[in-house]
Amino acid sequence: MLMISPRMASAMQEKQYTPSLLSFFIYNPTFGPREGEEEKKILFYHPSDIEKNEKIRNVGLCEAIVQFTRTFCPTKPAKSLHTQKNRQFFFEPEDNFWIVMVVRNPMIEKPNKDGKPPTIEYQEEEILDTVYGAVVRQCYSMYKLFNGTFGRAMEAGGVELLTQKLEKFFYRYLQTLHLQSCDLLDVFGGISFFPLDKMTYLKIQSFVNRVEESLSLIKYTAFLYNDQLIWSGLEQDDMRILYKYLTTSLFPRHSEPELAGRDSPLRPEVAGNLLHYGRFLTGPTNLKDPEAKFRFPKIFVTAEDGYEELHLIVYKAMSAAACFMISASVELTRDFCEQLDGLVGPQLTLLASDICEQFTINRRISGPEKEPQFKFIYFNHMNLAEKSTIHMRKTASVCLTSVHPDLMKILGDINCDFARVDEDEEIIVKAMTDYWVVGKKSDQRELYVILNQKNANLIEVNEEVKRLCATQFNNIFFLD
Amino acid sequence: MGMTEPPQQHYLELSENPVQFEHASSVNNVFFDEANKQVFAVRSGGATGVVVKGPDDKSSVAFRMDDKGEVKCIKFSIGNKILAVQRTSKSVDFINFIPDYPHTEFSQECKTKNANVLGFCWTNWNEIVFITDQGIEFYQVFPDKRSLKLLKNQSINVNWYQYCPETAVILLSTTVQGNILQPFAFRNGTMSKMSKFEIELPVIPKPAKLSLSERDIAMATIYGQLYVMYLKHHSRTANSPSAEVVLYHLPREGACKKSHVLKLNTTGKFALNIVDNLVVVHHQSSQTSLIFDINLKEPDCAVNTHQPVLPARSIHPYRMPLAGPAVVPSQPPVPCQLYSSSWSVFQPDIIISASEGYLWYLQVKLHPTVNLLQDKGKLMDFLLRRRDCKMVILSVCSQSTLPVVATVFDKLNQVYKEYLEAEQSYTVAMESGPSRGSAAQKRPVRTQAVIDQSDMYTHVLSSFTERKEVSHKFVIAVLMEYIRSLNQHQITVQHYLYELVIKTLVQHNLFYMLHQFLQYHVLSDSKPLACLLLSLESTYPPAHQLSLDMLKRLSTANDEIVEVLLSKQQVLGALRFIRSVGGHDNVSARKFLDAARQTGDQMLFYTVFRSFQQRNQRLRGSPAFNPGENKPRVHSPDGKLYQNHRKLMKPTIGGLKI
Repeated sequence: MLMISPRMASAMQEKQYTPSLLSFFIYNPTFGPREGEEEKKILFYHPSDIEKNEKIRNVGLCEAIVQFTRTFCPTKPAKSLHTQKNRQFFFEPEDNFWIVMVVRNPMIEKPNKDGKPPTIEYQEEEILDTVYGAVVRQCYSMYKLFNGTFGRAMEAGGVELLTQKLEKFFYRYLQTLHLQSCDLLDVFGGISFFPLDKMTYLKIQSFVNRVEESLSLIKYTAFLYNDQLIWSGLEQDDMRILYKYLTTSLFPRHSEPELAGRDSPLRPEVAGNLLHYGRFLTGPTNLKDPEAKFRFPKIFVTAEDGYEELHLIVYKAMSAAACFMISASVELTRDFCEQLDGLVGPQLTLLASDICEQFTINRRISGPEKEPQFKFIYFNHMNLAEKSTIHMRKTASVCLTSVHPDLMKILGDINCDFARVDEDEEIIVKAMTDYWVVGKKSDQRELYVILNQKNANLIEVNEEVKRLCATQFNNIFFLD
Repeated sequence: MGMTEPPQQHYLELSENPVQFEHASSVNNVFFDEANKQVFAVRSGGATGVVVKGPDDKSSVAFRMDDKGEVKCIKFSIGNKILAVQRTSKSVDFINFIPDYPHTEFSQECKTKNANVLGFCWTNWNEIVFITDQGIEFYQVFPDKRSLKLLKNQSINVNWYQYCPETAVILLSTTVQGNILQPFAFRNGTMSKMSKFEIELPVIPKPAKLSLSERDIAMATIYGQLYVMYLKHHSRTANSPSAEVVLYHLPREGACKKSHVLKLNTTGKFALNIVDNLVVVHHQSSQTSLIFDINLKEPDCAVNTHQPVLPARSIHPYRMPLAGPAVVPSQPPVPCQLYSSSWSVFQPDIIISASEGYLWYLQVKLHPTVNLLQDKGKLMDFLLRRRDCKMVILSVCSQSTLPVVATVFDKLNQVYKEYLEAEQSYTVAMESGPSRGSAAQKRPVRTQAVIDQSDMYTHVLSSFTERKEVSHKFVIAVLMEYIRSLNQHQITVQHYLYELVIKTLVQHNLFYMLHQFLQYHVLSDSKPLACLLLSLESTYPPAHQLSLDMLKRLSTANDEIVEVLLSKQQVLGALRFIRSVGGHDNVSARKFLDAARQTGDQMLFYTVFRSFQQRNQRLRGSPAFNPGENKPRVHSPDGKLYQNHRKLMKPTIGGLKI
């Protein structure tokens, strides 16, 4: 859908800049408390080619702001600092460890006549604290997923090891941050669940249980279809970040070559006398390769006594993906991988085609209204379930939305309003562009609807949203 | 065998309470009647007494009769009404046992000239068949007149005969070789000739002579069908290395067909029994028995060829208590010699030791089969067809790997489902009234193989979930597997199973797992389940939402939803909800006003109060509450305050907060 921003329409030659990452750094003030040792505080700094003194200055400033604001509210120090050109976000994930992200505000460059340099207009109010605050927290969660806590690295190898780990992780991770397409969904950090009938769901349960029984090394299993979650043996918070990794990083990386038709990974494997399409997304790409390495990424999840380290095996057959997690203390061998391939491959292939079939049947039954013409985002805080008809398919590089950023901003604003109070409420906004935006909060659920009805009045919009709730959300308790 | 054999491997045993009788001797002849299952001990031709022992005390009789020569055959008619005794090869004598009827003996000679009576069979209380070497004669007995009337006869050369009392079918061996068998069926005074058939002999003797022995043929009903079983011995000339039992299916109508071959994989002397629809083959020299189930499909074998279900085992050792008045209590029971050459085997399940004076029923013990049959799917097929299978099946359920448990559940639920459907269609047929057309509708019989959810819960799942040595992961997997199987067979899952799942999950703090199950509606909606969830709210807050969702979906639980919301002091929410479902007009205002007052929020109270006033206005034209009905026990709050609030409640432009 083509969206024309009213501002863009008025001045075609204007150049618009989206928000972008200026710097990202991690420091611990206790590491260099004395004058002249300030550099020791800095554990990671992006971009790395910044002059040392500037780094120290920037870190010092942040430290000062946090210290200063703490005097007003000791329990809640500053979370962000708004300036004309940029916005800084502060986050203390572990005691005395601070992550700071500096985002340049979006801006408009207006060319001037007579060869004068263009005027730059910063749009200070266009970005939301909640969205980028969530991005910073996500950065930390992702680091923790693959490396454990900062404290853990400190215990294992002191500052040296920690800085190495941070360098290694964030160098790559920051390149995948696409600040211009961050929105409400980043605030939610939700999980999209695959809709499924009970019987097929039970079959998946049965599959997971049987695999866990016969390959007793497997401690946890997660099952996804079409990049949507169906089953998680991990606890909710761990699954949330793992899901983020799988859907925004691992799966897109593997689906793009598939789509491009390169090295056609969809050649069926033959295990015993069963044809299957199973393959490892992590670990060995080709089991038959004598040189194949049986190394899998390691992840850290919460356990009763702190955290546990696990191998992450992601195995996929057609659209079905199963994540098997095995204690990292066990060394995984070729034997085990072959056993897993032989056992899981055929079953997962069968299950994938079952799910696909069932899904098509259900789609046919649910009938004519097919995709609703409503644009909405739904989120449930209880199970982190999210659903969006606004967002297109996510890829590794971009997250496409079908509505204008202005509207997304309104959604974000409503969300902030909701966050302020505990009670259920409903907010209806008429946007400048003839759109109506409706936000509803009922118990732990939030629903945001965008309606494009030029001449509708408040009552009609209200009726329309009621209708949406009755058709799309009839099986949950959602107050009108 | 013997010492090396682990205990509990004997899957056959002799009945604990055998029928005891005076053992055979020079002065005591013993006869067995298969029809009434009675043993006759005839002392000195009956002069010093005839003692008849039946399966129960009622059928036991003792009497004297005159010694008129050696007794060849002696049998009561059905119900012990008339006694028939054969003493010569020409005639049969009769004695009335009906009170008030003349007791003097009367006699009937066979009609066919020069024929020898081979024996006789009662087919009714007053109908008897004489089998002679030249044919059969079917008589009706008139005890009051002390005479018989010939109903029908048939000339045919007979070598020997067999009688199956269950079906009243007599089988005659005819022709010189004896391998053409001619069955006759009897029912209510009629005799019908069934189609004859030939038994394939392993070798054709030359010159022709009687080659099919009476001992190698037996008749029995298996799974409700009549079969002739032929024990085909191994022959050196034909290329059959071992003996086999060939089953011929004998339908009431139509041709007899060779239907099953049971491979014995050995040679020697054999005897056959039928127990619980299993064919039991006793092998004397190895002192073991084999069992065959003709309904068990054997994928590896040719059509209808069967291998033994289980490895050969001997009958469970049996000790005979010393009988007679001389029994000393301290004397230990004597081990009984099993597979003795003095044993006689009768159909279907009778073993008699005439020399020791015992009649046993052969029984199958199912518990040992569990360890003997490794293929649990096959085991389940086997067990499901047995009479006393329930406890054994239940014991299998909790001691296998998951795929096996799944197979077992599926097989059980298949039977369960079939029973439920039969029951259902019976109920429907009964409700629609006894129409003449479908008068044949019978109430379905519930066999032990029907294992329902309560059986499974009581005997397997509930104790299983409490076992410490089983990992909770496996317990939950088994529970889910059972629920999956029930769903797959479209059987409604009972609430107590869901309760067990929830209990187990909660015990192990697996709330997120529970949440996911509920999210996918694996645990079906119900009021009790919603209430159970509500009770979990204090340990797992999201249970509140799950519960409300469930109540909403039930659509019959609006009152409950209101109660839940009010208990959470969500008075406005409750009010909006009851309005949205159209229950506002009939709802009790007091409940809402009480809840509103408890919040201490005056504006909230006012809003609720006004809402009900407006309702009253609309319904009755007056804002007043009906006296006695729903009257709020509150003082009218200050009016001024309301005025201010009314202003506040007007919508603001741009963003409207409700």
